[in-house]
Amino acid sequence: MTAVATCGRRCAMMSIVLAAASGALFGVGLLISGMTQPAKVVGFLDVTGAWDPSLAFVIGGAITVYSVLFRLTGRRSDPWLDLKFHLPTRNDVDLSLIAGAAVFGIGWGLGGLCPGPGLVAAASGSLPTLAFVAAMIVGMLVQHRTPALAPDHHFGRSPPGGAVSRVAGGAG
Amino acid sequence: MPSSWLFALVGGALIGAAGSLLFLTHGRIAGISGVLGSLLPPVARDRGWRIAFMGGLLAVGLIGGLVSPTMIGASVRSLPIVIVAGLLVGFGTRMGSGCTSGHGVCGLSRLSVRSLVAVATFMTTGAVTASLVGGAL
Repeated sequence: MTAVATCGRRCAMMSIVLAAASGALFGVGLLISGMTQPAKVVGFLDVTGAWDPSLAFVIGGAITVYSVLFRLTGRRSDPWLDLKFHLPTRNDVDLSLIAGAAVFGIGWGLGGLCPGPGLVAAASGSLPTLAFVAAMIVGMLVQHRTPALAPDHHFGRSPPGGAVSRVAGGAG
Repeated sequence: MPSSWLFALVGGALIGAAGSLLFLTHGRIAGISGVLGSLLPPVARDRGWRIAFMGGLLAVGLIGGLVSPTMIGASVRSLPIVIVAGLLVGFGTRMGSGCTSGHGVCGLSRLSVRSLVAVATFMTTGAVTASLVGGAL
């Protein structure tokens, strides 16, 4: 049960509006930053060519802002529209984490797109990027259907009657 | 300081602000692969905010493409390579529990060891891949 469920329709509306605003702001940031330009991303990752370091400032700017506001928010007992903060609970470094990140990196270096910029670029109607996003969704579905590798499906789920919901390992 | 660095910094700051807003309002980590992946079967129960977040992100892409097409660059690879890249990105981000946003922005800010390992790994394989492939494909 979430706070939204306890404070009714107005909160449910606020929840939708503010999540959409966050997604929109995220998209504007991606567009301005250059992350939606595959040539720029490959130029950043290709350290042997004419290296373009500008994208290092994207992660730098994002971490600077997020780490401060994350900590300020963390002083609260709960978020505005939910009963609790949902943070990843795992801290073990396992093979799935490393192998998955390695596979993702190869795809990122190959196409110059990671998930967020891929979605933003695809929404603009660019045909290759639509193909990228379709393939990305297929890749996710294949991963979900690989039993040994399936993610923990605790995203947003609470045990019946319980207030504790685990977000197992889901950082991104 | 080249203007592209400034754009990168401002864009990055906005990404950080967007993630912070989601954490303040919903108490959630703004990880794009996680938000999208949880909308795919088996679907998470708490769908509303995820659909809304994706809607906002996609709406900006749609409008951005109309207002300023140069902000969305052309693909640098042939279609088959783009498809292979998409498959790897989708599979890898779900297997590794995150991408550039969840691990890179949110995880590093939280000083998560898992995210630090993930970022070091995907930056390395990404750099090696881009350097080997270069402009070849």
